[in-house]
Amino acid sequence: MSEDKQNSPGLDPEITSKLKEQAQALVEQVNAGDYARAMTLINDLSEVRDQSLYQEVGRLTRSLHEAIRNFQIQPQNPEQQEALSKMSDASDRLQYVVEMTGKAANRTMDLVEDAMPRANAMCEQARSLRDDWQRLRRREMAPSEFRELYGRIDRFFESLADDAEKMYTDLSEILLAQDFQDLTGQVIQKVTALVKEVEENLLSLVVMASHVDQLTGTVHELKEKESSIKGEGPQMRAAERSDVVSGQDDVDDLLSSLGF
Amino acid sequence: MRAGQRLPTALTGPGQHSGEDQLEVPLDKNMKILIVDDFSTMRRIIKNLLRDLGFTNTDEADDGNTALPMLKTGKYDFLVTDWNMPGMSGFDLLKAVRADENLKDLPILMVTAEAKRDQIVAAAQAGVNGYVVKPFTAAVLKEKIEKIFERIQ
Repeated sequence: MSEDKQNSPGLDPEITSKLKEQAQALVEQVNAGDYARAMTLINDLSEVRDQSLYQEVGRLTRSLHEAIRNFQIQPQNPEQQEALSKMSDASDRLQYVVEMTGKAANRTMDLVEDAMPRANAMCEQARSLRDDWQRLRRREMAPSEFRELYGRIDRFFESLADDAEKMYTDLSEILLAQDFQDLTGQVIQKVTALVKEVEENLLSLVVMASHVDQLTGTVHELKEKESSIKGEGPQMRAAERSDVVSGQDDVDDLLSSLGF
Repeated sequence: MRAGQRLPTALTGPGQHSGEDQLEVPLDKNMKILIVDDFSTMRRIIKNLLRDLGFTNTDEADDGNTALPMLKTGKYDFLVTDWNMPGMSGFDLLKAVRADENLKDLPILMVTAEAKRDQIVAAAQAGVNGYVVKPFTAAVLKEKIEKIFERIQ
């Protein structure tokens, strides 16, 4: 039952009803002029506060202890233990994602840079041959030229088959290079689960801490509002926010509307 | 990539020698460009896109801190920079360049994921010549570069 009370925003109902009772009694005593009795009541109120304070701090300490224990992920078997010991930290995992995606991007670009000149050369050769072939069809070609064209076409077919095969290989390897997504996806999901867990534990700690604050009458200063030009990285829900642009067109509109 | 090898552009496909894949504005193809971004993959993409547009004289830096001394001594004609970088941000780099007597007229293009209105306005007020948000296309990059140098000439 005490678990429910931990997550509610207010104090223990027992405590609040005692507070109400004793506060009313205090007012009556003061109005009746019985100051000695009033002072006693103030002492009683104080005791109620102290007791509940000890209780809440006790809960807070126990939960903090639990939360710390919960952050240790218990591996189920030796393989998991080994895997976890390699990337046990959430930031290690995310660093792994950064490295994997970087490697995949570079590998893909290497393959593209290999294939593009080949595609270009093939295209230029084909166009040049086509132009000469058209001349042949219009009977604008001398026999000696034709013999040369004959040889070029032959060589072209050979190199075309060769180049196309190499390009096909490049494309297959590009496809394979996308395998990072599965692995990084899994790692990110694990980190997301870890973050959710941490968030839940922290939230219940914050609620308990606020109980302690209420009992001691502590008020915290609010944090200064963050600078509006601080970087936030790529926006994921630009459409839902009014302080963010949704694409290059929006950027251009914004700048031209200000005279830039 | 060997020097002198023509690469197809992302815009017009392989083999075309028409004017379409060249910039509309006559620019010095030997213009010295500094590319600044903390991610090497992005630097590589921008370098490739610039090469497709005919600019092969490019250098790279991974942070505002390493870029600024290069700019001061390197006689660069154009700066392309990201915003978010761990040491000195692109925004601070922009301000530092505009504050330097020898660099204040350097054309600067920001290429960044930062998309808050306040940031875009702040960059424009600090003197950036163009602002491209990620993800971007080759066409957008080309257009913004043309626009920047059109205004200057």
